[in-house]
Amino acid sequence: MTQTWTESFVEVAGGKMHLLTGGIGEPLLILHRDVGNPGWLPFYEHMARRFTVYVPSHPGFDKSARLDWMRNVRDLAAVYQWLLKDLKLASLSMIGLGFGGWIAAEMATMSHHQCKKLVLVSAMGIQPTRGEIMDQFLIYTTDYIRAGFFDPSKMDQLYGAEPNVEQLVTWEINREMTTRIAWKPYMFNQALPILLRGVDTPTLIVWGKEDKITPVNCGERYMQALPHAQFVVLNQCGHFVEVEKADELAKLVNEFISFRNAA
Amino acid sequence: MHLMYFTEQPMSAYPQEEGEKFGYTALLFPNKFFNPVEGSRLYHERLEEYLYAEECGVDGIMLNEHHNAPFCMQAKTNIFAAILAAMTKRVKIVLLGNPLPIADNPVRLAEELAMIDLISKGRLVSGFVRGGGVESLAANANPAYNRERFAEAHDLIIKAWTQPGPFRWEGDHYQLRVVNPWVLPLQQPHPRVWIPGVVSRETIIWAAEHRYPYIILNAPIEESKKIWQLYDDTAAQAGYAAGPEQRGYLIRCHVAETEEKAIENAKQFMWMQGEFTGLTHPLWASPAGYLGEWARKPLAEFRVGRRKQSMPPFEKQLQAMSLIAGTPKQVVEKLRIILEETRPSILALWGNDGKVSHEDSMTCIRLLGQEVMPAMREIGDRLGLKSPFEANAPVSLAYSRKNEAAVAAAL
Repeated sequence: MTQTWTESFVEVAGGKMHLLTGGIGEPLLILHRDVGNPGWLPFYEHMARRFTVYVPSHPGFDKSARLDWMRNVRDLAAVYQWLLKDLKLASLSMIGLGFGGWIAAEMATMSHHQCKKLVLVSAMGIQPTRGEIMDQFLIYTTDYIRAGFFDPSKMDQLYGAEPNVEQLVTWEINREMTTRIAWKPYMFNQALPILLRGVDTPTLIVWGKEDKITPVNCGERYMQALPHAQFVVLNQCGHFVEVEKADELAKLVNEFISFRNAA
Repeated sequence: MHLMYFTEQPMSAYPQEEGEKFGYTALLFPNKFFNPVEGSRLYHERLEEYLYAEECGVDGIMLNEHHNAPFCMQAKTNIFAAILAAMTKRVKIVLLGNPLPIADNPVRLAEELAMIDLISKGRLVSGFVRGGGVESLAANANPAYNRERFAEAHDLIIKAWTQPGPFRWEGDHYQLRVVNPWVLPLQQPHPRVWIPGVVSRETIIWAAEHRYPYIILNAPIEESKKIWQLYDDTAAQAGYAAGPEQRGYLIRCHVAETEEKAIENAKQFMWMQGEFTGLTHPLWASPAGYLGEWARKPLAEFRVGRRKQSMPPFEKQLQAMSLIAGTPKQVVEKLRIILEETRPSILALWGNDGKVSHEDSMTCIRLLGQEVMPAMREIGDRLGLKSPFEANAPVSLAYSRKNEAAVAAAL
């Protein structure tokens, strides 16, 4: 099978950003989780059938250069605005996965007309009113990731039962960058629920019912904050929805974005 | 030589089996096992021991600080320092030290330390540390900026001590509208700053660049030699020749009337190393970003539990002389080798730990002060190991340059 995606580096905000691109159609930006982008996932492949999919690695994650001056997730969101300008993507849809969902939500509050449709999957960024967002900094990386799966064998399929040293170092690099920009308050911005009230973008919020990392309650709070949002909770699914329920998530996203296209 | 007494001040009176059950005795080990009545007793025993150490002739009392763990009861080193400032008469109060990065307002530290210096009539040695990973987690200070915060807090404290206020500080990590503390240290230009450490190459270089004595925390002799090579090379690059007055060494050293008793008590040093209870989770000891890039690979393997921390067994440590125990005569012989091999002028003897009784601690202090230390002084004199006080060494590179400039101007 031939590879359907390409890998490149683009210069943004003074650093090289690693970018995966694949597919044909309207632009779709996918923002990865705090543990990094594991590669071209089957879910991306699904999306690439109908969209031109862009999956950048955040600055300081995976192979993207670290931007030492970045101090918070809004800085990161602003860097992505810069990337979109350089890529000449004036209007597009966005999918944010977990930590990437937080970045996408911040971007939506910064530029109300740029994002046509927004999909937030088990997104961080809002403080839960019940429970807490799991603190990765107190536990081993593998335990943290494993906690994100309803079916842990899916984690082994993704990373291998014994992830190699290169993967371990990448997780370490990603954890460092997460520390630099999301240490305190951990994984949320108190202003975000208020700012989201001004976002008209139609939004699909998807959560795994068994998400032990970001409580489902965070999804409910996104739902309350965003004026045009719908909320879908998937059974037998943890935090890594795009891995555990790739087909279902792809179907939901396709239907959600098509609905707008027809309107 | 400058000869100091040290203990971690262990909170040894907690149910050990609970620590074993929990697996770790740091950060998250529940404080319901902290016994305040025992805590009060232990504080008073330590205080009595420090006063006795002064009576027995030690030059300095070394204090430190840790958080959320029973291995060290000093949650604020400046508290014991303040008590000793008032209750002792002669000893240097050597803080190794205040963990700068976890302070949100370093000027408060500058004030506290100035108070200690005034109350002690100029006996403060103000060491600074980065703090362990647990300190960062317990204080919720971002470990990724630990080194930057350390350096900036240091610069701010030195400026607050030496430059007339009011001034404004707009730094990367600290911003203060008005810096104008109305308490300043007695010692001029400022109290001596000593920097302890063991792991980070960056800290050794930083200390050497400032001409601050570096205190090696219990590293083996061969490793210590490498540290001194790095320190000396850095010093040469900075334009001065480093000597014994920049070299400090902390070693676990228990003495008793008999070798048997000393060895038995010295096993308590293993208490904080996890043979009895486990100490800390490797992840908490080094949170992401706390160490340099060099640490990424080993840490990555720690993060998944694939690499384990291992401490050599007690006998091996005795053999390697990273732990010394015996009668005063036996101990002096071993310490002599350390002095000859690594030439420190500052020697901290970590006498007691774990569940060593108050009575045995007092005996240890008496033998250290009255028998071991006098012998060390003789050896130190013979080897020319002059302490920063004896050598009248400048407090820092910045001030040695100022002195040189003043001398040149006078000529």
